[in-house]
This record gives sequence, structure tokens and C-alpha cells, in this order.
Amino acid sequence: MTDTPVHPPIIVGAGPAGVRTAETLVAAGLRPLVIDEAARWGGQIYRQPPEGFHRPKRALYGFEAGKADALHRAMAGILPAVDYRPRSLVWNIESGALDVTPNDGLKGGRSETVPFSHLILAPGATDRVLPFPGWTTPGVFTLGGSQVALKFQGCAVGSRVLFLGTGPLLYLVAYQYAKAGATVAGVLDTSGFADHARAVPGMLRDPGTFAKGVYYVGWLRAHGVPVHSGVRPVRVEGDGRVEALVWRRNGAEQRTVCDAVAFGLGLRPETQLADLAGCRFRFDAMDRAWVPERSAAGRTSVAGVYVAGDGAGIAGADAAEMAGERAALALLEDLGRPVDSARATLLEQKLAASARFRRALTDAFPFPADWAASVPDDTPVCRCEEVSAGTLRKAARDGEAAEINRLKALTRVGMGRCQGRMCGAASAELLAQALGTGPDAVGRLRSQPPVKPLPFSAGILDEEKAS
Amino acid sequence: MTARFEMERLEADVAIVGGGIVGGSAALFLTRMGFKVALLERDWCGAKASGVNYGGVRRQGRPPEQLPLSQRSHAIWGRLPELVGIDGEYVRSGHLKLARNEADLASLVAYNKKVETFGLGLEIIAGEAFRARYPALGDRAVGGSLCPEDGHANPRLVSPAFARAAAKAGAVVREQTAVDHVERTGNGFLLRCTSVGGDALEVRSRILLNCSGAWSGRLAESFGEPVPLSSAHPCMAVTEPLPRFLDVNIGVEGGGVYGRQVERGNVVVGGGRGFALDADRARPARNAVLTLMGEAVDLFPQLRHAHVIRTWTGVEGYTPDRNPIIGPSATTPGLFHAFGFSGAGFQIGPAVGEALAELVRDGHSSAPLDTFSITRFAKADPALSVAAPAGH
Ligand SMILES: Cc1cc2nc3c(=O)[nH]c(=O)nc-3n(C[C@H](O)[C@H](O)[C@H](O)COP(=O)(O)OP(=O)(O)OC[C@H]3O[C@@H](n4cnc5c(N)ncnc54)[C@H](O)[C@@H]3O)c2cc1C
Ligand SMILES: Cc1cc2nc3c(=O)[nH]c(=O)nc-3n(C[C@H](O)[C@H](O)[C@H](O)COP(=O)(O)OP(=O)(O)OC[C@H]3O[C@@H](n4cnc5c(N)ncnc54)[C@H](O)[C@@H]3O)c2cc1C
Repeated sequence: MTDTPVHPPIIVGAGPAGVRTAETLVAAGLRPLVIDEAARWGGQIYRQPPEGFHRPKRALYGFEAGKADALHRAMAGILPAVDYRPRSLVWNIESGALDVTPNDGLKGGRSETVPFSHLILAPGATDRVLPFPGWTTPGVFTLGGSQVALKFQGCAVGSRVLFLGTGPLLYLVAYQYAKAGATVAGVLDTSGFADHARAVPGMLRDPGTFAKGVYYVGWLRAHGVPVHSGVRPVRVEGDGRVEALVWRRNGAEQRTVCDAVAFGLGLRPETQLADLAGCRFRFDAMDRAWVPERSAAGRTSVAGVYVAGDGAGIAGADAAEMAGERAALALLEDLGRPVDSARATLLEQKLAASARFRRALTDAFPFPADWAASVPDDTPVCRCEEVSAGTLRKAARDGEAAEINRLKALTRVGMGRCQGRMCGAASAELLAQALGTGPDAVGRLRSQPPVKPLPFSAGILDEEKAS
Repeated sequence: MTARFEMERLEADVAIVGGGIVGGSAALFLTRMGFKVALLERDWCGAKASGVNYGGVRRQGRPPEQLPLSQRSHAIWGRLPELVGIDGEYVRSGHLKLARNEADLASLVAYNKKVETFGLGLEIIAGEAFRARYPALGDRAVGGSLCPEDGHANPRLVSPAFARAAAKAGAVVREQTAVDHVERTGNGFLLRCTSVGGDALEVRSRILLNCSGAWSGRLAESFGEPVPLSSAHPCMAVTEPLPRFLDVNIGVEGGGVYGRQVERGNVVVGGGRGFALDADRARPARNAVLTLMGEAVDLFPQLRHAHVIRTWTGVEGYTPDRNPIIGPSATTPGLFHAFGFSGAGFQIGPAVGEALAELVRDGHSSAPLDTFSITRFAKADPALSVAAPAGH
């Protein structure tokens, strides 16, 4: 029996996962609605520069230029067959409908309610931020943020940039900066050489990706960029602007002069929409985060709601494309449409393999488990509400906060503009450390609409006043 | 592997079900009087209505029968740091109720007359004088009634502090501990509780206080006195910090939106209703949020280019006549109820806790409580229980 859905399927996010989802649905004769906050499709990794900027894909995406180009073309090719809404923020999900508001800078506009029967969430990830002394000094950026500056605006975050943190993105972005002409003051990896060595066998499951990583490190070294592993940041120096980073390795402190620091310790999935949709969550030990439960095909615990890509758990761009396609096939199956089941099985096998590779990556670039114990009390954790590590520790120590939502209520952490999207991971780690337990045992921040700040114009009836 | 759960027994003079501002303050006052108190809270103390409300500490606008209690609470709020050890961001900013037209102004004047004897110090300001005093509001209202000593506070901090102070004074406070079953024994009560971790707790007490907020109906019913209590969910929204433009807590005659600006500059606005996710949790409704945002900009054009960064709601118990139930059970000696504050129990809560303590100690309270008797619903029309709660 074949169902024609009452409402078109809706895809949130036009990154690798969202685009492949759309493509698969279009191929089956459906006309999905694709809603994306960004101005153009591509998502994070294949983010396109604004209209009118012309930089060659090779310069923008390096080795991934071919994939970027393929993804951009795929979406361009199906544009006539989808309803595409860029610059639109989904800020709420309630009783089978999304709330969408224009994301047009200051202009804003009225919010619109869009009902759905089938929804695929592919909202991607953001950097995971673990604060250290001086991290709020102007000139300190997240890794992803510095890459966005390069990809989108074609500008560097500084002229002498120091890269700090862990994960494959660390070397990639440093390489991209160097290629773009910025001076890379160094790459400081918080993971150790032994971690990298231990992970090599697992990484060889994906020789291509592994080779690229080795290439970036080799290229950086060959171009005189100092690369160090087993590093811990001590503090950013500079008054009103980054002047240097003091860091420690093997017990010795060193100082590197720079005018910008790009730091990142892996990614965290964007999961608030799945939460608002009512999906059940589980704690993922690799992501050290709560993620929506999903089947190998991408079905969540809520019928008609699917998740794909990094928003369902960090797996990278290639996996995001496959997961998007697989979730679209699941949706088609659920509509009773014929699907290529061999293709579905193959995708699941490839996704399982990529999960194994992901495990090796986690071994190579482990989470700095000593961070929570070592960050000084006076370091701000929540910038919006100015809550320090010491305040969080005290609330935990006094026995007042044994759970993350309680910590939020008592200290305000996560109550500001970011609603915990930036400070939530760090607070959970700090709370867990203070209580002598793991981040899985301190609960999960409850999501409330709006998932991102909502301009008042969303509620203004009178169009004249709204603009 | 079989889990080993503990079974613990406690004895107390007074067992209190619910650690909101009402149960928490009752625990504090009773402990100070020398009673042995066990305070049992399913969630965290002050995490439900008492910790998520709008934070209005307001007497103005209450029906006259609530004002004796409300005045006593006003005095208690005045010594908050001494009582609970923190200021809770409590400020006597004044509460200004706006009249958008002459008819509303007339009804504010009539209210002033009606409550004159209670000493709220209300002041009607209208016309030129109003515009001169409140230039930021001047053209959206013809006038208003100011209660200079009303104000606002941070509920997330104040409400847990009552239970914490009670614990410090010697009360046994058990959080994450739900009271599942209560029965009358020979000379008191037996409460069976389960902790979130699965451990069992039995509490025996001479006196039992039902302070379990919107969930109080179950306990009352189990003692043969059903109450037409319904749950509703006032909708709240807060902006990012903005330049200061509002130094007074604002309400509007006839209902609708209300707003205040906190020290950091965030503006908190309320109005409309959320919806229930289940019996314990609620979420703001999209239509309420959007309407609230539209109305808030109408009232405060300063918000026009601002953002709402968070919305929330809570679970509050409402009675058909919007007055709470406070006082002894009509069926069971030793049982006292205090619930159904119908959207306005934060300000009055501490005095209710004090009145409960007096009831336990003296058998009566120095504040008149007759209007709030549970017996008033005995012959009430059952249809009342499904009536949707109206304005805040
Ligand atoms: C800043 C950044 C840079 C990265 N760079 C690289 C890289 O160079 N190489 C690499 O291998 N990996 C990179 N990653 C990892 C990257 O997330 C994945 O490789 C890949 O982009 C995941 O694809 P996706 O489709 O799941 O999500 P994304 O590509 O992140 O796409 C999600 C899309 O959803 C939109 N969205 C999110 N929430 C909403 C909402 N509420 N309403 C409407 N739209 C919404 C976003 O704007 C975005 O366009 C980066 C990640 C980040 C955060
Ligand atoms: C969004 C909102 C805005 C409001 N704004 C204002 C305002 O501005 N001004 C004002 O004066 N009032 C306001 N109110 C009303 C005020 O918050 C309440 O009237 C007041 O907090 C009630 O206090 P309480 O202690 O009775 O209830 P609660 O705070 O709800 O406490 C009851 C407690 O009992 C516990 N409990 C329930 N069942 C059990 C059980 N079986 N075992 C153990 N524990 C149990 C619950 O977990 C809960 O913590 C508002 C309410 C809401 C929801």
C-alpha cells in the first residue's frame, strides 16, 4: 500500500545529510521542504561563500573540493523539485508542527507554523568548548568559527594564528589557514603521541582519511610550523586582544606569541530539535553527550521523525551523506513505497564501518579527561551569564546541585543567549568531576523553545511594525 | 544480579509533603518552634512552581480576603536575609498596575477604596503626572496604581533557600523522595516514600501537612475530601540583557501581559498559557509565546529589536474561586492542607508556612483563614473542576 503524505516531508538542515535526504526523496517523486538557517546550501564543511564571492572550490575545500562540488551540484540539480527555504530558523517543534522564522539578520519577520507528518532532522554540530584562562579574550575563536571565517567571508581570524585543541579538524584548519596565506604560529594538540600511535590500526580502516591527516601534519612540519602533542593550555595573555598563549608540555611552560587562537576539542551534536520533538535520548560515551536514540536506518523513538548526520551523533561528512540517504529510504519505506533494499543494507554496512573508524579517531584524539579538574576556579564557563568554574564547583560541593538542570537553576549557567549550547558540555563535565562521577550521571539539560534567540518581530502581527 | 534497596524509618512530629515555598517555609517556622520536622520532596526543593514562577512579589490586586496573610508575608519578605541567608535578588521596586483606558482607571480607583484599610499604601497616578513620572510608558496608559513597596525576586534562589534554611535549623529534608502512600495510624500518620534511586523510606508523624502544590488533590482525595483543583501553566519569556528602562514591576488592569527588568538588564514578561506534557511537566505553547511577544512589544516598544532567549512555564494548581485552600482537613485530625494558590502563591507562601506552623502549635492561626477552608467545595458543582482557569 502506498501512502501519499498529507504534508510534504520536511528536512531541517541543508548540509551533507540534508541534501542527500532531499535528493533521495526527490528521486522517489516526493517534493520535500528543505529548511536551513544558512544563506546557501552546503552545511558546515561545504559551506558556500555568499552570493557574488568567487573563490575556486579547490582553495575553499582542498582535498574535499570534489565532494563539495558534487554536493553543491546535487542540491542545485534538485532545486526545481524541492521547496527550499534558506535563511530560516526552526525555533520550535510542537504537536506535529514546526515554527519557522526568517533569519535575515536584524530584519526578522513573523513566525510561521508548518505542520509535518514526516520530519528529518539534520541540524549538524557545533564546536565543543572547554574553557581555559583567558579564553574570552578577543582574538580567541573556536576552530569551526575560524574555519567559517575563512570559508564564508574569506578572511582569517588573525595574521599569526595559533591552533589549539584536538581532533582531525585541528590539523585541517591549520593547514587551510597556512594555504590561505596566514602565518600559523603553531599547532598544539592536547592528545599525546601515544594516543595517535595506538589508534593507527583503527584509522587504517579508512586509509584515505588517514593519509590526509598524515599529509596535513607532514605539510605543516615541512613548512616550519611547530607541531606539539600532549599540550595543556595555561593562559591567554593580552589586554583587550590576544598577544600570546602560555602552554605546558611535560611540566615545562612555554609561551607562543600570536594575535589569535583557534581552539576546539571536538564537536557536539545539535539535539534540541529532537528533544522538542519528543525523541528519547541516550548517553553516547564517544560523544560524551546525550543523543537521540535511533535505529541503524535513522528512525527515532517518535514515529515519523528521523535523524541524520552529525546532529544525531558525530560521524563526519561522508557518514552524514550516507545517513541522510538511509533516513530518506526509511521514510519511503514507512510510506509504503518500494525502496532498493540492497542499497539500504549497503548504506547501513558503510555507516557501521564509519562508526568503527570514528572510534579510532576518538582514541587518537581523546577528550582531555583532566580538563575539569584543572580549570581554575576564576575561569568563566558561561559567558552570557558570567558564571565561573568555581561557582559551579561550589554549588556541587555544597550538595545543592547534583543534576545539571538544578545547577542551571541555582547558578544561571546555560540560561543566556546560547541556552547551554556552548557552555552545557563544560558544565556537565565540571559537575561530574566535582561529584566524582561521569557526565552520563548528571542528567541532561531540558530544551525549551526557542532553540536560538527569537526576535520579537516573530510575534508582531502588524507587518509594518515588524520590519 | 539483584539490586539491594535500603529501607529506612524516620519519626517526626510533623511530616510535610512538598518542598516548594509553602512546604519549605512551614518546615523552617516549625523547626524554629522546636518541632521535629521531616520535609519530603519528590523533585528538588523549590524546583516546581515555586522555582519557575514570574517572581512577582505583589500584594496589589489580590482579593481583600488574602490581604491579611499577604501583609504578614510582606513583613517576612522584609527580613529574608536573616531568615534564609540570602537576599534572593528581592527588590521593593514598586508594582505599577496600568490602566489603558478610563474604565480601567476607574476600576483601579475602586480597588484602592476597597482595600484602603489594609495599608498597602496604594497611589493612583494619572494624566500629566503619570506621563511625567513614567515617560517610558506614558502614551500606552492613561494612568496607573502604584504599590510602592511591592516588588520582585528571583524564585530560583528564594524558594530552595527556605528548605535549605529549614535543614540548617535541624529539619530532615529529603529530596528526590516521593511520598507514594499515606495512611492514618492510631495516633498519627504513616507515609511510604520511594527515592529516585529506588530506596524505600517510611515516615511516622503526628501531624501531616499537604503542601504538594498542583498535585495536592490526590492526597486530599485519599482522605475523603476531593477538591476541584485543576492545573494550568502560565507562560514566561525572557530577553537578553537590555539597557535599563524599567525600574518597576508592571501589570495591566484586566490582565494580559506583565513585565519586569532584573538587575542584569534581562526583561522577564509573562502572559498566556503553556500546555501539559504530562502531569508533572509543561511547555510554553507557540501561540501563547507569539501572542505574548506581540503584546509585550506593544506595551514596551523598547523590546522591538530585542530577542527572546528562553521561554518556560510551570505547573500550578488553580481552584474555581482562585483562592487557595489553607487550613485543617475536615475529615482527618492532624492533617492540614495548603495548596491551590491559583497563580499567586509566591508572595504569600512564606506567611502561609508561618500560619501552618501556628495551626500546628496553637490549633489556630493569628491570620484569618476561614475563607480558605476546604469545606467550601463540599457541595460545589463538580463541573467547576473542569472550568479553564482565567487570567493571572
Ligand atoms: C564550524 C564547523 C566546521 C566544520 N568543518 C569541517 C571540515 O572542514 N571537515 C570535516 O570533515 N568536518 C567538518 N565539520 C564537521 C561537520 O559537522 C560534518 O563533517 C558535516 O558538515 C556534517 O554534516 P551535517 O549535514 O550533519 O550537518 P551540517 O553540515 O552542520 O549542516 C546542518 C545545517 O543545518 C542548519 N541548521 C541547524 N539548526 C537549524 C535550525 N534550528 N533551523 C534551521 N537550520 C538549522 C545549519 O545551519 C546547517 O546548514 C565542521 C563542523 C563545524 C561545526
Ligand atoms: C509560571 C508561573 C508563574 C507564576 N508567577 C507568580 C508570581 O509572579 N507571583 C506569585 O505570587 N505567584 C506566582 N505563581 C504561583 C506560585 O509560583 C505558586 O502559587 C507557589 O509557588 C506555590 O507554592 P507551593 O509550594 O504550593 O507549590 P510547588 O512549588 O509546586 O511545590 C509543591 C511541591 O510538592 C512536590 N510534590 C508533589 N507531590 C509530591 C509527592 N507525592 N511527594 C513528594 N513531593 C511532592 C512537588 O515536587 C513540588 O516541589 C506562578 C506560578 C507559575 C507556574
